[in-house]
Formats: sequence, C-alpha cells, structure tokens
Amino acid sequence: MDFNLSPELLEMKKSIRDFVDNTVDPLADQIEKEDKIPDHIMQMSKDIGLFGLSIPEEYGGLGIDMVAKCAIYEEIGRTSNGYTTVIGGHTGIGSVGIVEMGNEQQKRKYLPGMATGELLGAFALTEPSAGSNAVAIKTKAVRKGDKYILNGSKHYITNGPSAAVFTVMAVTDPSKGAKGITSFIVESDFKGFIVGKTEEKMGLRGSHSSEIFFDDCEVPAENVLGEEGLGYVNALKILANGRAGLAARNLGSCQKLLELSVKYAHEREQFGKPIFEQQIIQHYLAEIALDVETLRSVTYRVAWMVDQGMNVIKEAAMAKLLGSEIYNRIADKAVQIHGGIGYIKDFPIERYYRDARITKIYEGTSEIQKNIIAGQLHKEYLKSNPTVNV
Amino acid sequence: MDKSMIGKKPDSSNTFYTDEHQMFRQSLRRFLDKEAVPFFEKWEEEHIIPRSFWTKLGGKGFICPWVNEEYGGMNTDFGFAAILNEELARVGAGLSGIGTHSNIIVPYIASFGTEEQKKKYLPGCVTGNMITAIAMTEPGAGSDLANIRTTALKNGDSYMINGQKTFITNGIHSDLVIVACKTDPHVTPAHRGISLFLVERDTPGFSRGRKLKKVGMHSQDTAELIFEEVKVPASNLLGEEGKGFYYLMTKLQQERLVAAINSLVAAEDMLQLTLSYVKERNAFGKPISKFQNTQFKLAEMATEIKIGRTFVDHLIGKHINGVDIVTEVSMAKWWITDMAKRVSAECIQLHGGYGYMEEYKIARRYRDIPITSIFAGTNEIMKTIIAKKLGL
Repeated sequence: MDFNLSPELLEMKKSIRDFVDNTVDPLADQIEKEDKIPDHIMQMSKDIGLFGLSIPEEYGGLGIDMVAKCAIYEEIGRTSNGYTTVIGGHTGIGSVGIVEMGNEQQKRKYLPGMATGELLGAFALTEPSAGSNAVAIKTKAVRKGDKYILNGSKHYITNGPSAAVFTVMAVTDPSKGAKGITSFIVESDFKGFIVGKTEEKMGLRGSHSSEIFFDDCEVPAENVLGEEGLGYVNALKILANGRAGLAARNLGSCQKLLELSVKYAHEREQFGKPIFEQQIIQHYLAEIALDVETLRSVTYRVAWMVDQGMNVIKEAAMAKLLGSEIYNRIADKAVQIHGGIGYIKDFPIERYYRDARITKIYEGTSEIQKNIIAGQLHKEYLKSNPTVNV
Repeated sequence: MDKSMIGKKPDSSNTFYTDEHQMFRQSLRRFLDKEAVPFFEKWEEEHIIPRSFWTKLGGKGFICPWVNEEYGGMNTDFGFAAILNEELARVGAGLSGIGTHSNIIVPYIASFGTEEQKKKYLPGCVTGNMITAIAMTEPGAGSDLANIRTTALKNGDSYMINGQKTFITNGIHSDLVIVACKTDPHVTPAHRGISLFLVERDTPGFSRGRKLKKVGMHSQDTAELIFEEVKVPASNLLGEEGKGFYYLMTKLQQERLVAAINSLVAAEDMLQLTLSYVKERNAFGKPISKFQNTQFKLAEMATEIKIGRTFVDHLIGKHINGVDIVTEVSMAKWWITDMAKRVSAECIQLHGGYGYMEEYKIARRYRDIPITSIFAGTNEIMKTIIAKKLGL
C-alpha cells in the first residue's frame, strides 16, 4: 500500500492551492456580492488548464487520472463553491459524457474547445417532475430525416445560462421506459434552444442554474451521444463518474473550514482566554478533523479504485454520500464555533453553510446514494447465493 | 397530523390558555394573514419591515399587551406574550424583532424603570411608535458578557458613553436603546461594574453602523451601534448603578423561553410544509409520502416536535405563575433549537432540489434557523448553566 501522491502531483496540487488561496479566495466575497466570477479569474483558470481536467491530452486536456483529478478538485473546493461549481459542472457532468461516450468525430469537434474553456459544458437531465426519478423525464426527441426534433423543458441546469455544449437526455421511445431515453449533444445556438430564467438559489452564488426549453429544437442525428436508447445508462455512468470528484470538492471545503475554525478558536477570546481552551471547542475541532480525515481516506481510495479499473458503483456512492453529509456537519459546527459572526456575511463561514446544503441533493440525493449502496449489497448477496430468489 | 401541532387550539396540557387567549390568538392571526403574510416576501427582499406595520400592529393592541393599563397596555399575563411570539414566528422568523421588543426589551423598562421613565416610554412602546433595542453584545464580548468594553463614566449629573455594540436586533428602527455599559471598568468581579442606560435615537454621538447582512432572518434589521462621547442625563440610568448584569440575568429566563417558542413554531411550520409537499410530489410513480424513508423521517420529526411542544407549554404555564425555571428553560432553549435545526435539515432534504430554491418557504426556514443555537445565549452556555445547576 502506498498512500503518497507522486512528487509531480504534489507540486501541481501546491500550485493550484496557491492560485486558489491567493488569487481566487480573496475575491470570494466579491463573487458572492456580484453573483459573478470575475473575468480574469475565469481566464486564469482556463490558462492553467482547469477546464480540461477530464479531457485526454490528445484533445487538449490535462489527461490526468482520477487521483490527480481529485487532488485538484480538493484544492478548488477550498474557495467559493460557486466558482468550484462553474468548473466542476463543466469538467464533471458537463464534459465526461462526450469523453466517455462520444465518437471520434464528436470528440474532435467539441473537446478541444471544452478543454480550453472556450466552450463551457453543461448536463441537462433534471426536469420539474423528474428529479431523483430521472426515468420520468418528458422531453421528447423525434427523428425527422437526418435530424431529431426536441421538445420539452429542463430545470436547475448548472451553467445553463453560459454553456455552449449541453449533454441532453430526451425520450426517443416512450414505450420503452429507461431504454427509450437517448443522450444528445446540443449546442446553445441550435435553432429552438432557449435559455429560461436563472434560478434564485440559497447558495452557490457565481454559478448559475437555469431552465432550458426546447421548442422544436433541431439536433443533427450525428449528435446522438452513444447509441439511441442508451441515454439513461449513459446518464448513470456520467453521474457515477462524477461522484468521487464531488467528494473531493467537499473535502476541500471541509479542510478549509477546519483551518478557519482552528484559527478563530485561537484568536477569539471569551472569559479571559482563547475559546480554544474550552474543552467543548477542542472536541468540536477534533470531530471536524476526524471527519475531514475520514473523507480524505475514502475519497482517494475510490479515486484509486477508478484508476485501477475497478467497479466503484458502491464505493463512489458512499464517497458522495459521506462527502455531503460530512460537509454539512462540519459547516454547522464551524458556524457554532464562530458564534454570532458565523451567521453574518462579513465572515466566509455562513457562505459555506449555505453552499453545503445542496451537496446532499444534487447529482443524486443522499437517499438515492443509499438506494444504490443497498442495491449493490443486494447484487453481491445474490451473486454469492445463486439459489436465492428475491 | 392534528391541528394542535400548530397551536391553533391548544390541547389539554395547556390549561393556562383561557377563552380570552384564544380570541387574542384568532384576531392576531387574522390580522397577520391580512397585513403581514402577503407582504412578507417583499420585506425579506428589502431587508426591513416597514414602521407602518409596527404601528398597525400596535394600534390593534397586539404589542406589549402585558403593560399596565395606566401606560396604555392591557395588563395581561405572559400567555398573551407567548401567543404574540408564536403567531409572528408562524409568518416568519424575520418578524421576531417585534416579539423581542414586546416580550424581552420593554419588560426591562417596566421592571426597572422609574415612574418618570415608564410614563415617558411605555405608551409609545405599546402603540408601536417607539421601537426598542437592547445592546449587550460587542465585537469582543458575546458569550462573555461581563467582558464588555463600552463605558458610561459619571460626570456630575450625566454619564458619558463610549463604545461599540454589534448584532443588535431592531438596530436600524430602534428609537430607544437599552445599552449595557461599564460604569466601573475596574471592579472585580467585572460583572458588578455593569449598568443599563436608556439612549434615545437622536442623542448626539449615537450613530448606527452598518445594517448587517445575515444568512437568514433578512427582514429583521440587525445593526452595529456606535457611541462616541454620548452624553446622557443621570435620569436615563435604568435601575441602579452596578446592577445591570443582575437585571440581565433575571430577564434572560423569559428571553430564552421566547427563543425556544420561536424555534418550536419554526419546526412545526417546517413539518407542515413538508407534510404537504411529500403528498404532492411524485417520484417513481407514487407520492414520495408513500416511501418508508419519508414516513419514518416525518414520524420521527413529529414525535420530537410534540415532545418539544409539551415541554414548552409546560414551561409557559410555569412562567405565567412566576416559577423559577432557569434550569428547565436552559434545557428547552438548547434542545429545541438543536431539534429545530435537525428538522430543518431533514425537511429541506425531503423537498429535494426545490428546497434549495428561494421560492420555496423551506429554503428561508433553513436559513433562518442556525442562529437560534447561537443567540440568547449559545447552546454551549445553556449546557454550562445546566451543569452548574447540577452542582458540577
């Protein structure tokens, strides 16, 4: 067993941390107020290759493995989660579909632009009546010659207002349920593609989610991603692939909250001494540190399993579940350690508290992760007990 | 779920509520449904409640009903105060500044004020024309109240106040502020040097700092207050010099009970919102209320909320009768605020993605709740008090 990251990776991790801590984080408050990532931050992030995190080198990306991706996600998770989400929404669910399922022609067409960040990616699955139950989507795609005509609407689409390339799930055969769903690559300037209103969210400011409408939207047949009818399977794969990355992003936020809380506990004096000297504060910090270390271990192990080509359906669901639950626990304790100032926008703590909440909901709710874990346990049991009928 | 959970008609445990209490609750609720509910979203966005709402509410006799009739009140018991808090909290936590004024701050004037002070201030407090605030917390003194730095030094027949306060509820609206100051910065123990002063809005040297932006409770104005060479006449001393800390301690029982009531109502409202939502929302071909996970989560929450309601009602009854319930109120404050936070997390989760959108009320409830384990004495301080009372 070797728990060390390679020297090259450590160096890359350190340089990303310098950028995040010294260039992005000082502007986190501004991002929050203006609900916008400053242009120069976007440009610098593109310049250092962050947008090509998931894209192979031959298409202009960084071409790195999952452990390395998680190391980078951990660092960008330290700052404004809005910033992290703009990048994560693109490098995760926004581009992985084309990388994994795209044909050579599609990859050549889209990936180089996505790797530089020139083309922002997004993933469009969720609809008003199809959240956790993704099979219930209603957006339809009807073949007409060498085109598909899409009609329907999506919502809560991360990067919706600014993305150029969307991985869209639509029903091609309503009689086939999950096997009647197909994924498409849809460009934002296709005829009939309409961006709806940007949602007012509790957190993740700087990252924008919106409604998307397809009004007889024309998509060339060559833009079918993978095969017709495999869209749902594709969607599940895309989401599964992202789970270790989400855990890593949460890990970064948790690590940052630990650092901020330890610092504050030493600086803040009440009853004539730093509050760090109160045993309850020490125990809160010990619990936070324990959670951070647990999450770190699980996250990197799952990433390592991905790189070994192992099946990680169960473990990735565990990492996603653990990452979001731990992040919320830690954010709550950090607010409590900070007291009144933790509830006020002058300090970053309240931002993490609001941002943390969605992590238990997006990309598969905590409940869905438990369903997945239990489903795998069931499969494993049946495999080792072939005579059982359940 | 029976309606008693939202306090519409209290169950048999609340024998202290009379028909008069019920009429007060009904007319207050009707008033709030007409005058507050339709505008509340706007007030949240504007980060303030209009003064006209205070005076409308006061004009109907809903503010400070406990004040003696000679000062314009109705001389009612704490049951009315509890109802006022519950009904305001039902609309939204952002209205809590009114309850703070009515049930926490004005009682200081009634209990410790001179006849002259009461005549001068109480009638306006009742009509809503005079909004009050109490300024204890400072940047360097939160839980450690004895360590405040704001001073009020005596000079002839006046005091000179210097210092800075923060996180002050009603900070922007307040016309009259009760300021905790050190009149003797050197005495040991330090809490013996604290006195309370009444400082009026236009007193020279008294200014408002920033209106603070908070995670939640947006419509409730919270601000910094700055005192630079503020000269107040000795007649503005509230109660006796050096007794401020003692006064604060005697009033905290009521403040913490009110905090527990508010959080409980929030939890009850969140449960109602979620019960409605899970019946409407379909996933996997059926309402999500039909999933065992949903049912058990809600069963657990309903149970904890009912336990909280029983405890709180029990304490309201005792408090009306003037019983010393410091230990039990400390228990209620930490447990109920903690429970309400757990409920908020579970309820938003059951709302899924919709719960994270501001257009759903659960998102606001979720943002409003975390301060409850911090204000009115952090939950850690509550445990310190309980431990002390246990002889530890």
